[in-house]
Amino acid sequence: MNARIVVGQGSCGLAAGAADVYSALAQLLDASAPATLGITGCIGLCYLEPIVDVYDAQGALHRCVRVKPEDAQRIVDAVRTQDYSLLGALLIEKEDEEFLTKQTRIALRHCGVIDPESIEDYIAHDGYQALEKVLKTMTPEQVIEEIKVSGLAGRGGAGFPTWFKWNAARSSAGEEKYLICNADEGDPGAFMDRAVLESDPHNLIEGMLIAAYAMGAQEAVVYVRAEYPLAIVRLTAAIDAAREHGYLGDHILGTDFSCSIRIKAGAGAFVCGEETALIESLEGSRGMPRLKPPFPAESGYWQKPSNINNVETFANVSWILLNGGTAFAAMGTENSKGTKVFAVTGKVRRGGLVEIPMGKTLRDVIFDIAGGIRDGREFKAVQLGGPSGGCVPAALLDTVIDYKNLSATGAIMGSGGMVVMDDTTCMVGIAKFFLEFTTKESCGKCVHCRIGTKRLSEILERIVSGNGREGDVELLEELCSSVKDGALCGLGQTAPNPILTTIRYFRNEYDAHIREKKCPAGQCKPLLTYAIDAEKCIGCGACARKCPVGAISGELKKPHSVDSEKCIRCGSCQSACRFGAVQVD
Amino acid sequence: MCECQKNKVDLMLLEPTLAEYAAVKGSLITILQHTQEIYGYIPTDAVYHIAERTGETPAKIMGVATFYSQFRFTAVGKYLILLCKGTACYVNGADRIAEAILDELGIRDGETTEDGLFSLSLVSCLGCCSLAPVMMINEKTYGSLTPDKVRQILRDLRKEAQQA
Repeated sequence: MNARIVVGQGSCGLAAGAADVYSALAQLLDASAPATLGITGCIGLCYLEPIVDVYDAQGALHRCVRVKPEDAQRIVDAVRTQDYSLLGALLIEKEDEEFLTKQTRIALRHCGVIDPESIEDYIAHDGYQALEKVLKTMTPEQVIEEIKVSGLAGRGGAGFPTWFKWNAARSSAGEEKYLICNADEGDPGAFMDRAVLESDPHNLIEGMLIAAYAMGAQEAVVYVRAEYPLAIVRLTAAIDAAREHGYLGDHILGTDFSCSIRIKAGAGAFVCGEETALIESLEGSRGMPRLKPPFPAESGYWQKPSNINNVETFANVSWILLNGGTAFAAMGTENSKGTKVFAVTGKVRRGGLVEIPMGKTLRDVIFDIAGGIRDGREFKAVQLGGPSGGCVPAALLDTVIDYKNLSATGAIMGSGGMVVMDDTTCMVGIAKFFLEFTTKESCGKCVHCRIGTKRLSEILERIVSGNGREGDVELLEELCSSVKDGALCGLGQTAPNPILTTIRYFRNEYDAHIREKKCPAGQCKPLLTYAIDAEKCIGCGACARKCPVGAISGELKKPHSVDSEKCIRCGSCQSACRFGAVQVD
Repeated sequence: MCECQKNKVDLMLLEPTLAEYAAVKGSLITILQHTQEIYGYIPTDAVYHIAERTGETPAKIMGVATFYSQFRFTAVGKYLILLCKGTACYVNGADRIAEAILDELGIRDGETTEDGLFSLSLVSCLGCCSLAPVMMINEKTYGSLTPDKVRQILRDLRKEAQQA
């Protein structure tokens, strides 16, 4: 067997320079080389990209991380001489390896393992076996029953039982039915769907085909966000390949079941993650949510019965049908079964994709797997569920991960975004960040959401700029409850969550901004004062030269001072000072 | 040439798109995406032309186009900078990157430099959160940015454009 060199080419890998590494390797490997060169998708170890996996002639893996084009020669030499100790410092360290070994991968099981551009590779990894089993040996009712046994729930955020939606669409009257995949991954900080689309597109296609068979749809659409160009390219190629191999189109695998899948690129609107807004957008209109009922299962795309599931939900389906619903349900807690993928980012040491069985704790994910906080700082909060979610403080790190427990904290499971923050993140600032986002993304249909989010943003803006008033927190709470009650769709109903959770757990920060006009995290510029510590200052003048407004004065070799009237709090002086003399309060 | 002539676009370029999609219901967003790919933005003339061919009103088309953040109504520069302002990027200092771009190029969200070389657009999330802060320039992604790194990237692109 020849050795294989595989370069991780997900978006993260490419952004870190994987394409240059690939071409450097390609140049060194001629036809006589003892190794083949290939690609794979996202391994999920985003912080170590670019990653090159070297499989030796015996099939053993030597994983090289943070590879640069100039390392290509060393990799090729190691393969030629079969002396893999040559890889030396390129090899992944043990604790980084544990980032993967501590996970349980089902939805992501092929990501970073197979070549996403090769249907043969997918088939060699049990691909399309579940589909064959379903089409040839199971009735649609049996498929739905198996999914019911598995306990699979919607991974896009709402956590609604998947079998129930499939069954509702199946039971609805009418011949023409649609299956829709929500790949409009809009939550900032979540990228598991992108990973599946880019790294294992056939798994999505297989999951969708099984769902289409179960609910009785002949046409399926994947609604992908336009910000994911690589995902669209890989999925398009995968759909073409599946069609050529007889897995898509008429009489799939020689059975009576026919189904087509097409892609529709979104055009940038967060609200289109809401299923009825997504349907409006698919129909070419403004993506504004519809009143429910009727639910899409009854009247959805073109008023026909429709079912919408998220990418990660579909990514579990073929595994469940192959291994049985009971095997899936064996993992997790009483009310949440199986595994969940989290996109762990922010101030953690090891950021990337983490798939774990439900029932682990937040601490397991953030500290045990992701390695805790970087730069020796302190954990302050973790933001779960994107703009619809909330910030969970250190005291709740032992919260067990499942739908019910996370909701009890005031946050939500959501799509699985986990943005970790340290003591330098201002909690009022983060609430303002999310509210500015929802204000901009509100479609404008409901008054409470359209104007309520705007007013909430304005109050937060005045608090962070030092103009907060006594009673503002209570005003925020009152307005939050009106917006929650008055909005039609999930966007408005959950938009207040970032404010409510930060008030609940970090009230002291709001009070410090309002009463003392201080930002405890040192982030809100209008509340900062810059001063120079006369004992540390050697009078080199470096800060004065950098100051864009001439606010720093002093004689050479004597302590300088800052004129706070003139100071615009840009921080240039602090980065210019090599003696740590510039103090921010 | 008078101003009105200068703003005219070649509507014939839209023909292949309209031939394929004008009669397919629900295709308005796809048609607009193709339009933007062709011209770099959505020209007013094109809106009227699409209206005529699809039977939709210009108001409906503008309503849809202005709803989605992808669509622009003025021409963009040679390099379109999509700066991510997602949560992970925010927490890792995306604001400082925006400041560095403002400082280096003098443009804010939605603006284009006078020489027509760079445009800046803030976007929600590019999905490369582990490399935050991140930006994408003409479909190439740049990660782990610092203000200095951004300045260098922009200067390199400017040099590349001058040499071309």
